[in-house]
Amino acid sequence: MVALTPISRTEPAFYIPVVAAFGAFFGIFIGTGQGSLLLGVLGGAILTALAAYVLVKIIKNERAGRWLLTALFAVGGFALASIPGLLIGTFFGWFFGFLIFWLYEGRYRAKIPPYLTPSQVFWHFTFRTICGAIFVFLITPILVVMPLSFNAQDFFTFTPEMLRFDPAGYSLKHYRDFFTNDAWQDAMKNSLQIAPVATLLSVTFGTLAAIGLSQPHVPFRRAIMAILISPMIVPLIISAAGMYFFYSRIGLQGTYIGVVLAHAALGIPFVIITVTATLVGFDNSLTRAAANMGANPVTTFFRVQMPLILPGVISGGLFAFITSFDEVVVVLFVGSAGQKTLPWQMFIGLREQISPTILAVATILVGISICLLTVVEMLRRRSERMRGMSPS
Amino acid sequence: MNLTKTLMTSTALTLAAGMSFADGHMANELTIISWGGAYSNSQQKAYHAPYSAETGVKIINDESSAEAVSKLRAMNEAGNVTWDLVDVEAADAIRLCDEGLAIEIDADEMLAAGADGSSASDDFGDSLISDCFIPQIVFSTTVGYRTDMVGDTPPTSICAIFDTDAYPGKRALNKRPIGNVEWALLCDGVAKDEIYDVLATPEGQERALAKLDTIKSDVIWWSAGADTPQLLADGEIVMGSTYNGRLFSLIAEQNQPVGMLWDAQMLDFDGWIIPKGLPEDRLARVMDYVKFATDTQRLADQAAYISYGPARASSAPLVGKHAELGIDMAPHMPTDPANAQNVFVTNYEFWADYRDDMDAKFQAWLVK
Amino acid sequence: MALSALNSDSNFTNFDQADGETMSDAQTAQTASSAAAARIADAAHTGPMLAADGTPLKKSLNRALRVQKMRALALIAPLLIFVLVTFIAPIADMLFRSVENDIVSETLPRTTTMLSGWGEKGTDIPGEPVFEALYQDMFVAQEAKLHTRLGSRLNYELTGASSLFRKSGRKVQDMGEVYQDQFEDLDGFWKKGENWNSFMASDAWLAAMDGWKKANGPQPRFELRDGIAQTLPATADIYVKYADFIQNVDKANLSKKDPWALVYSSLYRDLSGENGLSSYTGPAAAELAAAATAASTFETVNYTDAFKKIDRDWHKLDIWQTIKVYSPKFTSGYFLNAIDMQKSVDGAEMRPENEQIYGLLFWRTMVMSLTITLSCILLGYPVAWILANLPARTANLLLILVLLPFWTSLLVRTSAWKVMLQQQGVINDTLVWLGIVATDDRLALINNSTGTVIAMTHILLPFMILPMYSVMQTIQPTYLRAAKSLGATNWTAFWRVYFPQSMPGIGAGSILVFILAIGYYITPAIVGGTEGTFISNRIAYHISSSLNWGLGAALGAILLAAVLLLYYAYDKIVGIDNVKLG
Repeated sequence: MVALTPISRTEPAFYIPVVAAFGAFFGIFIGTGQGSLLLGVLGGAILTALAAYVLVKIIKNERAGRWLLTALFAVGGFALASIPGLLIGTFFGWFFGFLIFWLYEGRYRAKIPPYLTPSQVFWHFTFRTICGAIFVFLITPILVVMPLSFNAQDFFTFTPEMLRFDPAGYSLKHYRDFFTNDAWQDAMKNSLQIAPVATLLSVTFGTLAAIGLSQPHVPFRRAIMAILISPMIVPLIISAAGMYFFYSRIGLQGTYIGVVLAHAALGIPFVIITVTATLVGFDNSLTRAAANMGANPVTTFFRVQMPLILPGVISGGLFAFITSFDEVVVVLFVGSAGQKTLPWQMFIGLREQISPTILAVATILVGISICLLTVVEMLRRRSERMRGMSPS
Repeated sequence: MNLTKTLMTSTALTLAAGMSFADGHMANELTIISWGGAYSNSQQKAYHAPYSAETGVKIINDESSAEAVSKLRAMNEAGNVTWDLVDVEAADAIRLCDEGLAIEIDADEMLAAGADGSSASDDFGDSLISDCFIPQIVFSTTVGYRTDMVGDTPPTSICAIFDTDAYPGKRALNKRPIGNVEWALLCDGVAKDEIYDVLATPEGQERALAKLDTIKSDVIWWSAGADTPQLLADGEIVMGSTYNGRLFSLIAEQNQPVGMLWDAQMLDFDGWIIPKGLPEDRLARVMDYVKFATDTQRLADQAAYISYGPARASSAPLVGKHAELGIDMAPHMPTDPANAQNVFVTNYEFWADYRDDMDAKFQAWLVK
Repeated sequence: MALSALNSDSNFTNFDQADGETMSDAQTAQTASSAAAARIADAAHTGPMLAADGTPLKKSLNRALRVQKMRALALIAPLLIFVLVTFIAPIADMLFRSVENDIVSETLPRTTTMLSGWGEKGTDIPGEPVFEALYQDMFVAQEAKLHTRLGSRLNYELTGASSLFRKSGRKVQDMGEVYQDQFEDLDGFWKKGENWNSFMASDAWLAAMDGWKKANGPQPRFELRDGIAQTLPATADIYVKYADFIQNVDKANLSKKDPWALVYSSLYRDLSGENGLSSYTGPAAAELAAAATAASTFETVNYTDAFKKIDRDWHKLDIWQTIKVYSPKFTSGYFLNAIDMQKSVDGAEMRPENEQIYGLLFWRTMVMSLTITLSCILLGYPVAWILANLPARTANLLLILVLLPFWTSLLVRTSAWKVMLQQQGVINDTLVWLGIVATDDRLALINNSTGTVIAMTHILLPFMILPMYSVMQTIQPTYLRAAKSLGATNWTAFWRVYFPQSMPGIGAGSILVFILAIGYYITPAIVGGTEGTFISNRIAYHISSSLNWGLGAALGAILLAAVLLLYYAYDKIVGIDNVKLG
């Protein structure tokens, strides 16, 4: 629901105080950093209020005004705290330029219902800010990991050189290490051999069982469900120890099959949950219709049912894959040298010799997954366009 | 158990087909378990590579030493021992020997005599702390400190750990009683040779924990060997206990502003054990390797890659220079006379008895 | 199978038509529909309704239902078997260890039997017969190197048992040598193993052994001579054990081995006590008779004193009480340990204050998991809400941000939090740079519960957001608008209309997060310091380090019971079907 709210320019009595309030808020930090809180608050408020007035009333040209402001802030930041200051200054310059015109032009109301009261509008944006903060919280570790992976030192530490943006503080040696070190390459290969097979197993069995479970009459449904979900709810250390003792006895400990079976078992609950959830909305008359028209059960499954529950199957498969790809406790017990996966190698790295190679690996994986997720999203949009649907 | 057995049998049958290629013990392979990191690397260069070059035996490294005790017991229970040789700490070797999971060794018969002509058992001397243990290295747990955080008076005594007035800041200690309680008693005024007698009494244990209690809020407890070096590099702690090899690499290889103490270093041994239950041919292969890898020259070679002392007396004169940095390694050995003025040798017999009890008390103290 | 289910449906429709045809002749004046109704009522009176193929309808329907059930089960079966075998069986196997305790009675069979008559609540240590039994058991055990294993086991209950057994095992070999020497001094006959075999073993075995060489395959299994078990009961009993050990454990040639000292002491026991020698006429009868006469003058061993000489601890009550308390094949001891109690002669009692740890750890695990769950709800709810209410395009992009942490290894995320939170870490550095905190007054964000909550909340947040999001997606925004247009304030509309509908999502997410949090241990151990020890850490310690698997299993069983209870409650309240991920 995109509300078409007519927008109009606002009065200086609105946008100047708001911009000044933001300025005062950010001024607090700069002020305390430079030793005087009050000066920071007042300076921030006055400076930004002035900027707002000048940009709107004197320069008037939005583009030129914003560039000018950004440049000014960048220079100011550089004067205060060299390169880091320059970056922060540039950011604030850009932000205030955006803020001033966003408020002045009234664009902030464009996408929200026209009937909202000012306090509701205020709440709307506060809420958005809170959510933004939580998203930042979610990706913080990744933001930390990425720069650290270029560390020239062998520790997880932001060195003074790095903070000064001195090129000497950065290096690609941990990436080189990952690509040239046999231990890492073997671990990567093992992970890539184990995770897909485990995923395939859990997806195949899991999907079948989920279809069975969503039939109208299943005896002992609750008990069966509980058993199938159990790998997710049993604490990992108990599963690991149990599998370890048991697999040793039947000769599966330390074998490829053992690790695959263990990981498949761990991934099953995710497949069951996602696929049964998709099947809740599945219209059974479709299969009947297919059968009526002479399709045999196998054809019905692959041509009718499967395409419809595919999103659930894929997302369950993704969860199962990640479970195997990021699992360290069980593989540590059930596996042996021949099945050393990436997480295991990372675990040894953290225990025996801290090296940012771990972070380099993590960065590479995040990079791959961003590409993957983006491609999936683009494909989805493309197929929507092809089918003539409006992007919802 | 009947259900379990039935299930087990059926599983075994179902998987029999897949098992055929899982049994990967080739005729000319050795599966050797070690700790990983720089230590495994030193073994690779000093023992494995020359041995493989000489005999053509392929060596498979498994970095599971941290889980070795439990894994060996499970393998033994299952009657399916897949490891050939395991690198463990002395305390674990005793445990494994007690559990009947390692074979007993006759040092003079199975190991090479010293290069100076001494018999193997004399050459290894005190390091043969268990019937099953084949020593490789002497290492010590000692204290490193940030040189830029201790002012003008760097610590010289182990008791600096307990002196929060002179050295304010966090300190890192191992998250287990072994080592810590001895240091605590030592710094509480107990004479060095009476420490284990005192520790054997409940009052002595209370006393050790009470001493540790004085610094409890300043301690970061580590459990992985890589923790303390990282904390020191971060400047997160002013001092912390760790293995001497880690401190050497921090100081000499990474050039961090860190100094180290040799005072009251806790000497400990690390070495091989051979799992019980190996078939004859594999056992013969392992014995051949062990004889090679623990001779005088090999043990001295290892010291070129990591600053742990060779467990043989005859190897000490042969210790040379660091393989990359080219510095003399002898002064960095825990056994070097200059460093070994005040050493503390762990009483393994005591800990075999008191480990369970003391650990329960220590953990209970820790979480309170 | 799908077709058979459909058939049962069509059977039902056929039934109406068929019935109509048979009855139509008799009735003429009524409309078809009312007639049909009457006919069906009629049919019900006259007999069971029939399906098209003539079977009663009820039966036909039942069969259809059964087929449907079978079909469902057939689909589920492969996975069910898979999970049972690869997962449930291992767990059951593991939990069984929490009560299993046969090591004591297997290693010390005679001692534990003899001890059953000993009053463990008294103040006297057991008498000579028990010590003699202990000697025999220890002798056999140390040959098989099992005594130290038992020592380790008992050391969990009684500090010092480990070295006591190790020490005693070494010295117990010498204890019976007094008899061996005297027998051997008496007659050279007793020195040789083959002489012993000549009267202990059956003729058939002796004949088979005669021509046996190692190359011929396995050694013929030792057989006892007929009647010797009546003649020399104690000796025969020990000799069978000895022969079995030499043949099967040592894999040595029995005819070339000289017997254990224990065999001699058993023979002395037979000769000086009750035996059937008077009627014995087999091989070595003369030597045995001579020995029997000489035995009365033999120097004897007092086992009670001999054990005291090894270690005074054998004359203390507590080792005997411990052995007695732990002699049954199954024990509640591990479970008692897991709840800070211990098994003693007077039944279960609390452990000393300074050893109580598990109650506290269980409690802490619960409280921390709850805190983590609550913070996940607080942070997850707004995110899920905004995801569900933004246009799908934007929501999908933001969803990537939620999923990204999933793709970063748990270990890496935990390390990253360490880098962030420590005192010289990113957050503190930033705060100091901004002048918000003083440099010597940095915030303690790590190595305490704060660190655990922050890091674990981050790690588990996606598990909260995804179920909430999928539930919120199904909530119609029109309800909220309707509420508002009826005069509700924003808050009322949310609290009375939206929030109740989103409850299943909260429930699903909470249970998921809580259950996962309870079982984590790597993250709390890395960022939590002393406050970050969860019960799982101790389980891991007992499994991989202390080898006290029984205690580990007992702790695991309790933890598992707690989780299952939660799961059950959740299934009752929300229903497990309502858990959705993505």
